[in-house]
Amino acid sequence: MGIHVKFFASMRDLMGDDRDISDEILKEQAINSVDDIWNYCAAGKERSANVLIAVNMGYVDAQTQVKNGDEVAFFPPVTGG
Amino acid sequence: MNIVIDSAPFDPWKVLSEYQKNMTKLDGQYGATAVFVGTMRDFNEGDNVSEMFLEHYPGMTERHLENICLQATGEYQLMESLVVHRVGAIKPNDPIVLVAVWTAHRKQAFEACREIMEDLKSKAPFWKKEQLNDGENRWVEKNTKGY
Repeated sequence: MGIHVKFFASMRDLMGDDRDISDEILKEQAINSVDDIWNYCAAGKERSANVLIAVNMGYVDAQTQVKNGDEVAFFPPVTGG
Repeated sequence: MNIVIDSAPFDPWKVLSEYQKNMTKLDGQYGATAVFVGTMRDFNEGDNVSEMFLEHYPGMTERHLENICLQATGEYQLMESLVVHRVGAIKPNDPIVLVAVWTAHRKQAFEACREIMEDLKSKAPFWKKEQLNDGENRWVEKNTKGY
C-alpha cells in the first residue's frame, strides 16, 4: 500500500508530480514522520517555513507520525475566495 | 448546509434566489440572510491580470468547508448555509465565491458570514495562479488582511 505523497500549486513546481512510497521503502529508509517523507522526496531541497502539511486531508505539523496507507500533502499558503 | 465546488461559471444572485426558494421548510423561521460574493479583479499587486487559474485539493477542500460551516452552525445557530466556489480558469469580473447564511437575527448572520469567509480565505486549500497582461504567470502567495 505505502504512502501517497501529493504536492499542490507552487510546491508541485518545486517538487514535481505526486509520488508513491512503497511499504518496503518506508521500512528500509525508516520513514516514520512527515519530516522523513519530506527528506526522502526533497533530495536536499529546503522546506520553507510557511509550507502547509496535511495527512489524510487534515492539517498537521512536520513531526506528525505517518503510517502505511496515509496520504501526505505539501502545499503553500492558501489563497482562495 | 450545502458546499459546491465547480469549474462552471455561476451567477451568485441566481443561485441564491433558487436556493432560498427551495428552503420551504424554513419559511417564516429566518429573519436574517447575510451574503458575501467575491469577484475576480483585473489587477493585483500593481499589475494587470488577464486570467487566473484556481486549483484546489479535491476531498480536503470540501471537507474543510463543511467543517467551517458545521462549526459556524453551532456557534451562531445557523438555520442554513451555502458556500459556492469556482475552480479552474477564471476571467476578470467572474464571481469566485458565494457565502450565504440564514439565521433568526442579524447579529449571528453578519458574524457567521464573516467568520466563514475569513476561515475560507486563510485555511481552505485553494491556490490562485495569475496570468498577467504581459504574459507572465505567477502563484498568488498571500491574501490581503480581512480584519
